[in-house]
Amino acid sequence: MTAPRPETLAKLTPVLTKRWLSPDAWRIGTYEKLDGYAALRKALKAHPDDLIQLIKDSGLRGRGGAGFPTGLKWGFIPQGDGKPHYLVVNADEGEPGTCKDLPLMTHDPHSLVEGVIIASYAIRANRAYIYIRGEAVHAARRLRNAVREAYAKGYLGRNIQGTGFDLDLVVHSGAGAYICGEETALLDSLEGFRGQPRLRPPFPATHGLYASPTVVNNVGTIASVPYIVLGGADWWKTMGTEKSSGPMIYSLSGRIANPGQFECSMGITLRELIELAGGMQPGHNLRFWTPGGSSTPLLTAEHLDVPLDFEGVAAAGSILGTTATQIFSDQDCPVYATYRWLEFYHHESCGKCTPCREGNYWMVRVYRRILAGQGTHEDLDTLLDTCDNILGRSFCGLGDGATSSVTSSLKYFKQDYLDYIEGRTAPKLSEKQLVGAH
Amino acid sequence: MTVFTEETRERAREIIARYPADRSRSALLPLLHLVQSEEGYVSPAGVEFCAEVLGLNKAQVGAVATFYTMYKRKPTGDYLVSVCTNTMCNVLGGQEVYDTLAEHLGVGHDETTADGKITLEHAECLAACDYGPVMTVNYDFFDNVDPQGALGVVEELRAGGRPMPTRGARLCTLKEMAVQLAGFADERDGAVADGGPGEPTLRGLRLAEQHGISVPGFDPNTPIRSKAEADKAAAEAKAKAEAAKPAPAAEPAKPEAATGSTAPDVKAPDGKSPQVRTAETRQPDAGTAVADAPGTKVPTDTTAPAPRDAQAAEAAGTAANPPAGDGKPAGDEAGAQQRNLKEAEAGAGANGAGPAVASETGVQK
Repeated sequence: MTAPRPETLAKLTPVLTKRWLSPDAWRIGTYEKLDGYAALRKALKAHPDDLIQLIKDSGLRGRGGAGFPTGLKWGFIPQGDGKPHYLVVNADEGEPGTCKDLPLMTHDPHSLVEGVIIASYAIRANRAYIYIRGEAVHAARRLRNAVREAYAKGYLGRNIQGTGFDLDLVVHSGAGAYICGEETALLDSLEGFRGQPRLRPPFPATHGLYASPTVVNNVGTIASVPYIVLGGADWWKTMGTEKSSGPMIYSLSGRIANPGQFECSMGITLRELIELAGGMQPGHNLRFWTPGGSSTPLLTAEHLDVPLDFEGVAAAGSILGTTATQIFSDQDCPVYATYRWLEFYHHESCGKCTPCREGNYWMVRVYRRILAGQGTHEDLDTLLDTCDNILGRSFCGLGDGATSSVTSSLKYFKQDYLDYIEGRTAPKLSEKQLVGAH
Repeated sequence: MTVFTEETRERAREIIARYPADRSRSALLPLLHLVQSEEGYVSPAGVEFCAEVLGLNKAQVGAVATFYTMYKRKPTGDYLVSVCTNTMCNVLGGQEVYDTLAEHLGVGHDETTADGKITLEHAECLAACDYGPVMTVNYDFFDNVDPQGALGVVEELRAGGRPMPTRGARLCTLKEMAVQLAGFADERDGAVADGGPGEPTLRGLRLAEQHGISVPGFDPNTPIRSKAEADKAAAEAKAKAEAAKPAPAAEPAKPEAATGSTAPDVKAPDGKSPQVRTAETRQPDAGTAVADAPGTKVPTDTTAPAPRDAQAAEAAGTAANPPAGDGKPAGDEAGAQQRNLKEAEAGAGANGAGPAVASETGVQK
């Protein structure tokens, strides 16, 4: 465990995370002393269209996984259409491995609130919602407190800072459904329905919340806005790569010496991240990892030098996703890991689309059979065939995400499957756990 | 309806007032948390209460209540102990923690101890993987737990104690937590201030601090360029690029085009497309601007629910879900197929902005 090299350390870019070091930054007084609400004052003096252009110029891309250009999304909102516009923040963090939005909302909630006000002003929304995952109770406490403080200071409510701009912000707690992290399911949930995805088009930009023009952005995306407003698009682009600009919070978990949050210039590699995290745990060698949560295809030790930006990871056959790098070693079994993720997708499938609902149900059973030492060679074909029938055949990305670890683990670790099937690896599940798995 | 007091009704009115006047159904999730805060679970009476105050029928409320994991369908204990057994926590030891607790307490998933103190569940990813394996009590975190530590926590809870979570606020009961989930402030003195960041949260920051690293060039007074300035710069750049031939005079006359207006990129749906019609049926008054003022529509007493609303909603639901009469699977038209494939290629997880968004302009191609 050697200290990170200076050139690796230089990739650290503490921007969005910086205030976490100030224990009271969640209070409005401290926040204001640390540049807080300065961006809002500045933004309110600008024309909303200029703010949209600023975000376009910055190259900011969505931090929730898809990486869609934020300024473009804001620009899709039809102006002068006489309809109410809405801003909805997706704070339903739940992608396995992802743990960056919760600390942000807990330790720096005002940066999100400030971003919400600026974004709402830009897209001409007078109502905004933060849909926060139900289980994230402490983040919600801090966020609700921040919203109350912002109202009291005149940053929210009627005639904000004397500009005539009105905005109401509601923090809305979910109730335990991963699918509500999918933007259209989130909107249905926010409307008081079961959280099930909608068929697109129409897109939320024209028919979103209450069938009105709506921008749905991730927490990290909106929290980036005040920094871009203050520092400018050119400064923002000094970080990251040409097409993936800015800093990104990489969440490292698993078999490394020091797991945690590392905000770095986009395009850093896993090799460098592991270096920052103090190396692998003693006795562990990297075997497989997710670049951005369990819905992104697994990568291996071959991919240590892949630049972790949107283009780099895509070129390596995976997805940058939420930059949740879950790191597994030679002591972890990729078949078991995949099985456990599938249990998750099976549980969280909303049931709307048959391929996802049924496919995941049956794949879980095939995995149990394999892990109990009762699998057959045909089971591997069945898995691939099932994935073929799920991928691209459901309304939203949940089904697609479920197939990621199955197909990628079969691609890189087929031998591990065969070892269970051919009896070289001792069964991991017992007969008892196999009940119903036929 | 004796279970719910006037205070609960008052809270229900407060919740409904958060949403646009004619969109009171948005209050359903917080209202379900509210009734759970009274009874510890969503009972038939709780479903009825929500239906009544929102003018829905019980089936509509029940359909929502049973969809979400956090709404419990049978009475719970004072403390909900959730152990993450998703992949990462699982391989780091979460499964042993869960198994140990289940054996010790003599209960399985979603079951409550006989003394009514503890409900145990295994949870999916709780978004704290850098602290794995984790467990929560009423959703506040106990980090890096091992079987012994977890046993210590539940034993203290059963003995009437309230161990302090590693992160998050001091513990309250599950019913008290449900009040907060309904959107009300945590009134306990100092509870919001509890729980500083743990070391994993600060890991990268500490390194940067230690080595004096910050992002250079940050000037909070950087001006925001106005459209006119941007147009001028764009026109100049264009003129430079097309130096060989004279710049078309139309360029400066159409500033919107010069700044890259997104209008041509918007795949605005055709007003007559079936998808739009579906959305409009679903939201019959979508064409009407929503009165943008908070309002309450909660009956102040046991006024009968509005069956008309319910019928209308059901009719809308039926209209929005025409039976597939053509013998083809829904969504099997070539366009949708292609779009889906494109999305699949673009990939992206279900979390956050969905993959279809990426395909809006095919940026990931």
